[in-house]
Amino acid sequence: MKERLKKRTPHSRTRDIIIRLENVWKTYTMGKTKVHALRGLDLTVYRGEFLSIMGPSGSGKSTAMNMIGCLDIPTKGTITLEGKNIAQMSESALAQIRGRKIGFIFQKFNLINTLTAKQNVTLPMIFQNIPREQREQRAAELLALVNLADRMNHRPTELSGGQQQRVAIARALALEPTVILADEPTGNLDSSTGETVMEFLEKLHREKGTTIVLVTHDEHVAAHADRIVSLNDGRIGGRT
Amino acid sequence: MLSEYFGLALRSLRKRKLRSWLTMIGIFIGIAAVVSLISLGQGMQKAITEQFFQLGADKVTVQLKGSRTGPPGSNTDFTLTTKDLDALRRANGVELAAGRLIEQGRLEFNDVERYTFVVSVPEEPELKELIDSIAQVKIIEGRGLKPGDQWKVLIPQSYRDTPKFGGKALRVGDKLRINDQTVDIVGVVKRTGNPFVDNAFQMMEPAMRELFGLPEKYGGLVAQINTNMDLQIVTENIEKVLRKERGFKKGEEDFEVLTADEAFDSFRTILNIVSAVLIGIASISLIVGGVGITNTMFTAVLERKREIGIMKAIGARNSDIVLLFLIEAGLLGLVGGLIGIGLGVGLGKLVEFAAYRAFGESLIKAHFPPLLIVGSLAFSFVLGSLAGALPAYRAGRLPPVEALRE
Repeated sequence: MKERLKKRTPHSRTRDIIIRLENVWKTYTMGKTKVHALRGLDLTVYRGEFLSIMGPSGSGKSTAMNMIGCLDIPTKGTITLEGKNIAQMSESALAQIRGRKIGFIFQKFNLINTLTAKQNVTLPMIFQNIPREQREQRAAELLALVNLADRMNHRPTELSGGQQQRVAIARALALEPTVILADEPTGNLDSSTGETVMEFLEKLHREKGTTIVLVTHDEHVAAHADRIVSLNDGRIGGRT
Repeated sequence: MLSEYFGLALRSLRKRKLRSWLTMIGIFIGIAAVVSLISLGQGMQKAITEQFFQLGADKVTVQLKGSRTGPPGSNTDFTLTTKDLDALRRANGVELAAGRLIEQGRLEFNDVERYTFVVSVPEEPELKELIDSIAQVKIIEGRGLKPGDQWKVLIPQSYRDTPKFGGKALRVGDKLRINDQTVDIVGVVKRTGNPFVDNAFQMMEPAMRELFGLPEKYGGLVAQINTNMDLQIVTENIEKVLRKERGFKKGEEDFEVLTADEAFDSFRTILNIVSAVLIGIASISLIVGGVGITNTMFTAVLERKREIGIMKAIGARNSDIVLLFLIEAGLLGLVGGLIGIGLGVGLGKLVEFAAYRAFGESLIKAHFPPLLIVGSLAFSFVLGSLAGALPAYRAGRLPPVEALRE
């Protein structure tokens, strides 16, 4: 495994493993040909670290992200999340795990347009049966944290790209997840807005010890992480 | 959490207003049809039930066959006669019997011509009382008819209340012409709800026989029977006597003896068949409406794949997604049902009003029992949910990765 250690945060020193992918294969059947998106991927995510997964398009990084995020199950191999093998879990069990343990940040923000910023942030808590009062309070706190206290009742279409992504970050933090999974979080933002978002994630990591896994093809963005792994052809390796 | 799901579903529907409305049209037409039909059917049943119970269990009527649902006397080939009445009185178990002439008359007033029924009133006070009690005659203005009244008539209430003669209504003291004979209006008969009674002008029997030139005919006979005797036996006695009088073999009679129950039953059967057919038609429209909801929900699932993916990514289970879409479909049904009930009540009332205007009588009364309203609402929600079941199931089964890729 080829990886580059930039610096060590106090949180990564314990080397407590959160997620481990072992010999993970994902094969898609397209007509008669089989496409291997992942070919025996081995990857470990430690508690409290900020990890970047880099790779060109087609390298399998989106598939890898889906595996880490419990959005999909592998064709072969094992994935353990906090010691539990999730590779064979049912979709509903995975949904529960996603809801409680993983906070997603997507390239396209993926907010629900019919809901206000605050309602978007409360949504994951609704699915976890958090009482209304608690939800409302938490959403307000989180939106204040991402400096959007004054935009709580705006709908996504009334917000700028940067603001939308900050709402998405607030939503990702709603249930204090074990890990934040960010898939090209700056991909749809201009560079300065992107930089702000990245600085915010870094701050979150530094101050709250949040584990962050970042997937990107952009070296500058990846450079915010403690550790960078490169993905090529469905496995770790190649250039960094 | 269910209330949150309702909120989410409602928001989605509001976002797609036009489509939601279009989808609901099928439902509200169906529900409106069902509600109005049932309300009118029930109203009619109620009115008819009341009327037949007024007839009473101790009375039977004799009519010519084929005139059961029409006004008695419309059959002109053979008629009942004064001889039949005498025979009826001889039947064992008959305490009192009266006959009635029922003819169509031409009215003229204020240069306007109208046709309506003229009925006769017997001279003997006892018989008059019998007839009046069956027809529920109550005088609300002027006076009743007396023996010896010749060219005097009683008019039904609607002819006093509604201007039916070129903008003019009839009043006590007015003179009008019936079949070219000038008559005086001496009284007004209260509305009963029976369309036949409520349209009939009343005259004393001898005067009516003279006016219509019918020395022997009766349109219908009524008998009050001894309540200590079995109704069935008395009916058979009457049939026997009349068969002999009219010269028919058993089973070939041209007349029939009706008790209140029988008359009511035959009417109710007809009404039930009519209601069943109409409700069948309304059900088809509900099915079509339901299919419309299914269609809309399938489109919604396709369109909102990404939204489904997002919700799944942030922790929605398959069952949460299914529930959300079911509620959304159910709400389409429910709101459609609400509007449908409003329309149905309006339609029922409109028919009631139109009937009132046309006949001047409260023949049809729309009746809305709470069960009908609540039942329709529940039904429309369930219908919507059922119609949305398959699309909701599909939505729940979408793999999150595929849904997010959209």
